Formats: sequence, structure tokens, C-alpha cells
Amino acid sequence: MPAIELTNPAALPADWRDLLALTKPRVMSLVVFTGLCGLLVAPVMPPLVLGFTAILCIALGAGACGALNQWYEADIDAKMRRTAGRPLPAGRMDRQSALHFGVGLSFFSVILMGLATNWLAAALLAASILFYVLIYTVWLKPRTTQNIVIGGAAGAFPPLIGWVAATGHMSALPLLLFAIIFLWTPPHFWALSLFVRSDYAAAGIPMLPVVAGAQSTRRQIFLYSLPMAAAAVAPWLLGLTGAIYGGCAAVLSFVFVVLAARVLANRATEPAGMAPEKKLFAYSVFYLFALFAVLVADRWLGA
Amino acid sequence: MKLEEEVVRRQRARARIMALLLAAFVVLIFFITIAKTRMNW
Repeated sequence: MPAIELTNPAALPADWRDLLALTKPRVMSLVVFTGLCGLLVAPVMPPLVLGFTAILCIALGAGACGALNQWYEADIDAKMRRTAGRPLPAGRMDRQSALHFGVGLSFFSVILMGLATNWLAAALLAASILFYVLIYTVWLKPRTTQNIVIGGAAGAFPPLIGWVAATGHMSALPLLLFAIIFLWTPPHFWALSLFVRSDYAAAGIPMLPVVAGAQSTRRQIFLYSLPMAAAAVAPWLLGLTGAIYGGCAAVLSFVFVVLAARVLANRATEPAGMAPEKKLFAYSVFYLFALFAVLVADRWLGA
Repeated sequence: MKLEEEVVRRQRARARIMALLLAAFVVLIFFITIAKTRMNW
């Protein structure tokens, strides 16, 4: 082969680090954690290897969603500072490789889930992947300010899948866990989109702050934090969990609502003045981790 | 860096990782089979 200078990295076989980056490992960590908690709070424990496989499949399914999302949104990612360095917009990989990787990972995760655990869990995993890619990424995200509200359902599936992988059926607690993440998603993403508003505006994504303005978004953040807090304490009020979870959920949710109220009171229009929004965004990640960790602690310590 | 050197380097790195993943998959399937068999006893 003649010695040719390297000019177009996308023409090369993709580097494995870029394939890994396509799966959005940081987002995956929260998905894996909530899926694991759903499995650990179930009334029956599957054999260790089957539990591990279920969580592996949830992780691979989330990775597939990340890859397909980046494949579809490569042009949009190139316009945003936050995402311009990803493998596709940075030109380190061709789009077809990302598509093949994402589709392959989707099929692999769903089939392995079905074979290792049960086909209801596999169907839920398939539904969550299809919902994230088709309903959220392709349909809602570029069209409506409610993109994150309805699309949030995709991220709410993992604890439900974890529970169903362990038990083979659904019940009230995993549906409430679904509701908690579903109601948590809008305040979490709107807090972020307030201080990266210019990025979304440049990319033409109709996020709420871009279309309705900062104050309307702040009002929505506060309003959503109230039913989210109610859903968080509901498992305790309905007698599905113990007092450890109930007390911690009440305190964690109260702090969330207080931080959301501070966001509501803020009038800043530039990211530099949006300390309350940044604080709420950071706390929202901690909140979900802590809430689910306490749920597992309650189940295992209270049992 | 020359094109062919980079192509070979990437192919080797991916082949190594693919081999490791396939080996891990075989081990996983083995233990899944054992677990499923025991559940049906």
C-alpha cells in the first residue's frame, strides 16, 4: 500500500474509544443504576448471573440509544459547543458505522435479555429503545417544547425493566418508580437548558427556554417539582416501602422543591447569573441517585 | 502518521477488543445456561 498522509479520519475504521463514546457512558451510569435498583427492590432475586445479564442488557440498550441518537443528530451536535467534540460531528467516524453499531447493539441487548430473563423484560427494553429513538429523537425533539416531557418516559423504563427481569410481571412499585423518573426529567433538563439556551437556539431545537422564555421555563420547573415530590413519597404513603425510604424521600424532595423555588425567584437572563439553575441541575442528579439508593437500603435493611 | 499504519493500528486494537468481548460472551452464555438449567430442576 502506498504511504498516504492521513487527511480524513472518518474514512478510517472507527477507533474503539469513539465507539465507546457513542454509547454516552455518563448517561448510561444513571440508567444502569436505576435499572439495578429496580432489580434489587423486587421481591424475588434472580440468580446472580441472570441479574448481571439483565443490567448488562439495560446498559447495552442505553448505549444503543446513545449511538442512534448521535447518528441521527450529527448535524445538530455539530452546531452546539457541548456536543461538537463527539465522534461524528468531529469527523472521527462515518455515520454508517454509528448506525450499524447502534442497530446491532439494540438487537443484541433485546435478544440477550429475552433469552436470559424473560420476554416481557425484553419487550420493555425494545419499547424503551424505540421510544427514545423514534418518538423522542426523531419525532418530538425537533418539533415541540414538550419533547422532554413525553420523551422522559424513555429514561423512566430502566427500573421497570429491572423489576420485570427479576419477577416476570409488573406491579405498583415499579410503576411508581417509572412515574418518579418521568416527572423528574423535565425539571432536570429544563434547568440545564436554561443555562445552555444559546446552544439549543443555535441548533434550532425548540427547548422550552428557547420558545417560551426563561421565566415560563422556571415556572414549569417549579410546577413539575411538586408532583415529582408527591410521586417520590407515594411508595411510602401507599405502604410499599418502609420509613427509611419515606423519611429520606421527604427530605430529599423538600430540598428539590426549595431549589426549584429559588430557580423560580431568579430573574437572570445570562448563564453567568444562573447559579440557582446550575445548583438545581447538579442536585437533581444527586437526588435521583440518592432516592434510588435509599429505596434499596430500605428494602434490604427493612426486610 | 501514515494512512496504512493508522488503519492497521485501529484494526488490531478493534480485533483485540472484539476477541475479549467474544470470550466474555461465551463465558456469560455458559453461566446463563447453568443458571437456567438449575432453575428448571
